Amino acid sequence: MSDKRKLVVVGNGMAGARLLEDVVARGGRDQFDIDVFGDEPYGNYNRILLSGVLSGTHDAKDIFINPLDWYAENGVTLHAGARVSRIDRDARRVYAGGDLASSYDALVIATGSSAFVPPFEGLRGADGLFKKGVFVFRTLEDCDAIVRQAAVSRRAVVIGGGLLGLEAARGLLNLGLETHVVHLMPHLMEVQLDAAAAGVLHRTLRGMGVHVHLQKATTAVRGDTEVTGLLFQDGSTLDCDLLVVSAGIRPNAELARQAGLEVRRGIVVGDDLASSDPAVYAVGECAEHRGQVYGLVAPLWEQTKVLADRLTGRNPDAVYLGSKVSTKLKVMGVELAVMGVKDVEGPDDELVTYSEPARGVYKKLIVRDGRLAGAIVLGDGAVAPSLQQLFDRATPLPEDRSDLLFPRASGSGAVDAAGLPEEAQVCNCNGVSKGRIVSAVQGGCRTLKSVCDATRAATGCGSCKPLVQALLEAAVGGAIADDPAAHYYVPGVPLAKADLVRAIRERGLKSVSSVFAALAGGKEDAGSKAGLASLLKTLWPGEYEDERDARFINDRVHANIQKDRTFSVIPRIYGGVTSAAELRRIADVADKYQVPMVKITGGQRIDLLGITKEKLPEVWKDLGMPSGHAYTKAFRTCKTCVGTEFCRYGIGDSTGLGIAIERRFQGIESPHKMKLATAGCPRNCSEATTKDVGAVAIEGGGWEIYVGGAAGSRVRKGDVLCVVDGHDEVLRYTGRFMQYYRENAKYLERTYDFVERVGIERLRRLLVDDEEKICSRLDASMQDAVDAYVDPWREADAPVHPAQFKDTLAELPAGPPPDDGAATPGAP
Amino acid sequence: MVGHDPAPVDVQPSTGPVLSFDLGPATQIPLGEGRLFVVGRLIVAVFRTRREELFATQAWCPHQGGSLADGIVADGKVVCPMHAYRYSLATGQPEGHSCGVLSTFDVRLRADGHVALSVPAAETA
Repeated sequence: MSDKRKLVVVGNGMAGARLLEDVVARGGRDQFDIDVFGDEPYGNYNRILLSGVLSGTHDAKDIFINPLDWYAENGVTLHAGARVSRIDRDARRVYAGGDLASSYDALVIATGSSAFVPPFEGLRGADGLFKKGVFVFRTLEDCDAIVRQAAVSRRAVVIGGGLLGLEAARGLLNLGLETHVVHLMPHLMEVQLDAAAAGVLHRTLRGMGVHVHLQKATTAVRGDTEVTGLLFQDGSTLDCDLLVVSAGIRPNAELARQAGLEVRRGIVVGDDLASSDPAVYAVGECAEHRGQVYGLVAPLWEQTKVLADRLTGRNPDAVYLGSKVSTKLKVMGVELAVMGVKDVEGPDDELVTYSEPARGVYKKLIVRDGRLAGAIVLGDGAVAPSLQQLFDRATPLPEDRSDLLFPRASGSGAVDAAGLPEEAQVCNCNGVSKGRIVSAVQGGCRTLKSVCDATRAATGCGSCKPLVQALLEAAVGGAIADDPAAHYYVPGVPLAKADLVRAIRERGLKSVSSVFAALAGGKEDAGSKAGLASLLKTLWPGEYEDERDARFINDRVHANIQKDRTFSVIPRIYGGVTSAAELRRIADVADKYQVPMVKITGGQRIDLLGITKEKLPEVWKDLGMPSGHAYTKAFRTCKTCVGTEFCRYGIGDSTGLGIAIERRFQGIESPHKMKLATAGCPRNCSEATTKDVGAVAIEGGGWEIYVGGAAGSRVRKGDVLCVVDGHDEVLRYTGRFMQYYRENAKYLERTYDFVERVGIERLRRLLVDDEEKICSRLDASMQDAVDAYVDPWREADAPVHPAQFKDTLAELPAGPPPDDGAATPGAP
Repeated sequence: MVGHDPAPVDVQPSTGPVLSFDLGPATQIPLGEGRLFVVGRLIVAVFRTRREELFATQAWCPHQGGSLADGIVADGKVVCPMHAYRYSLATGQPEGHSCGVLSTFDVRLRADGHVALSVPAAETA
């Protein structure tokens, strides 16, 4: 007998199967014997693509997510075609057809929903079944039956002008039938659309040849044994020989109700996704959470992730707090994105609309507190991804709202992914074309990470990531797996940053190897080591147990590796202010070591390029200057302008400030590099407004502090965090922002992405208004980091290992040695 | 240093005679890192993992010649420092790319703590 616990999942649809994947991905196989019961006699398929099967754009076999093999390979016992008929909660058993039964320790109900069919007169024949030619549209089986009937039909009616009804109508139209949509409400898709958007959609559908009848209440289905038409409340009739009823869905909660669980519209679950019985959970369309029953996939994914975290103990405290509802879909080939609220809800809500019915375009934004509270975008797929991102992250919007509705050609991610030719180069770092990305998706990649891994797109500077994401979405038609790994701080430890930090602190993990041992099942990951080393150094200033193998080569030898395997050496020149003596020393070093190139860097430093690893310690000693840290993810430089000392326009001492900043923050590690600048007046000669942190002197003695600026693969003007007086205040707020960034950014997330993600208004509330009372703690933590700083170039005199600066440890002759046989021919 | 390797000459049909070299104490390679060794005209990267396993591969990345010994090592893999191309240390197989397979060599830890490297004689000449 196995000593594992037993997990039983009832329902093998989108939610049930997704939960299984999430549980397996979290090592659930080691803890559970897993059984899943599915009504339908197959593996799990993507219900979202059913309309594609109906309209012939997808083959039924292409919409399977997990074929039957998947279950066997992952140790999951699938009972396909077995409908669970009863749950005995006292005995903790489920019964399915005949005498098949299974006991459980944990039970998950994921029975989804089924079509709601209003009790029209004459819908059913004498046998109680639907008359011939009448269908609902929920399953692959329904799909098959509709296609067969369509072959002998001429005119089809769909009752219901909601999303599913229109999808069915699209399929029927493609099958060559005269297609009518009968809808009870005054406009189509009233759940998702406002009247204006529905009007634009209606016009588009009419152009395609769909007949739409609004405000029509069906009272009876005509025909003896097969459908011949409909009778409406207003006395009118409509003949047809195929009828699809798509009047909404109802959660399948009957099984739960009979088992005595609390059921309202759906099975009532708490934030832990447990029902009224703590051993029984519910996810997906059958569950009701805080009064909401969700009918979209995104909330379902969030639920299964939380539940899998809890079940496997990966995060026993995970909770589901509800979902921000948004969806992107194609209605009869028309792209539609809907998110958040659909109408203005108060006097302060701001409404932005654009309507162009002739092209089938309608865009509407609802802005609240400078953020996107809702949007409807019809007929323009290009703007949807960026709006979606702004909505999900609650990012502050640009002041010119038209930027949101009409993307400019230069904006990242705003390029029309669908419109790009196959050969267009998407990733300019690695030369990856759209065609290669699309074929990777067709080859099975379903997450951004897997596409990037497979093609190397977006693995260089990363600026094409939004476009790769858009191509992925376009290629799979919206059914992208939400990759839990996308939220991890590093790929090899399955925790988001906040959870990882908490675990590291709680368990006192001070070395990279101890983190792998405690939080990753002992499995090391090369792609995670450097990120963990950086984080641990931030969390344990002075106490961190340094393991040099966790560092990237640059941080092992404190220099920047070059394409010919030599290194570049950039000594610290505080604020870019040097002296004749220092320059002379640098020149002497360049001569002595025959440095192939001496270059002024973009950050106002002097770079000696082409130094071999072995020579690094000698070069540093001869320079007699501290490390400039141009090789690491840390505070790099503070670029300055001449400022008040000589400049006739200068109004603030920018050089003095820059030197002070650089002396204080030199070598402070962070998730990505931080390049700073100070400008002595708003002419901004040192480009401080496009730095990670920049201080600009303004008339009257103050300094504007900009954060999140960029002038690299992206160009972004920083946001003003605050305006302060005097150098000390600049140092304080700079340090506070940097510490917050160090503690909260993902690894390799630059400040410009971080500031956009968190939002400048929130940053101001946290770091200036001190709403959450964290400022003094942040200031103290930064002070600890400053105090713990040691110039790494001191290792020239005291290497951490005798081989620290060595490439080659031994050179042996090829032949057998003359004396003791140290190279004895032979195989061990 | 004495290398007591009593094994007879092993002639493998595909590779020809094999030479064995004593590379010195394993601890001269920092834990979890790699370093280069030159045997005749062959340059080999030898890795010592945190679990005290030893691996030996060709020195340079087939992509653009990065020094694999300077890479990050974990879970039986090395990541090239130049462009993060990843390879299995045991088999030399590329992972997530198709930039060629690394040559790998027999390497083991002897009882006296030294590293013994075996390479086809033809590769060193």
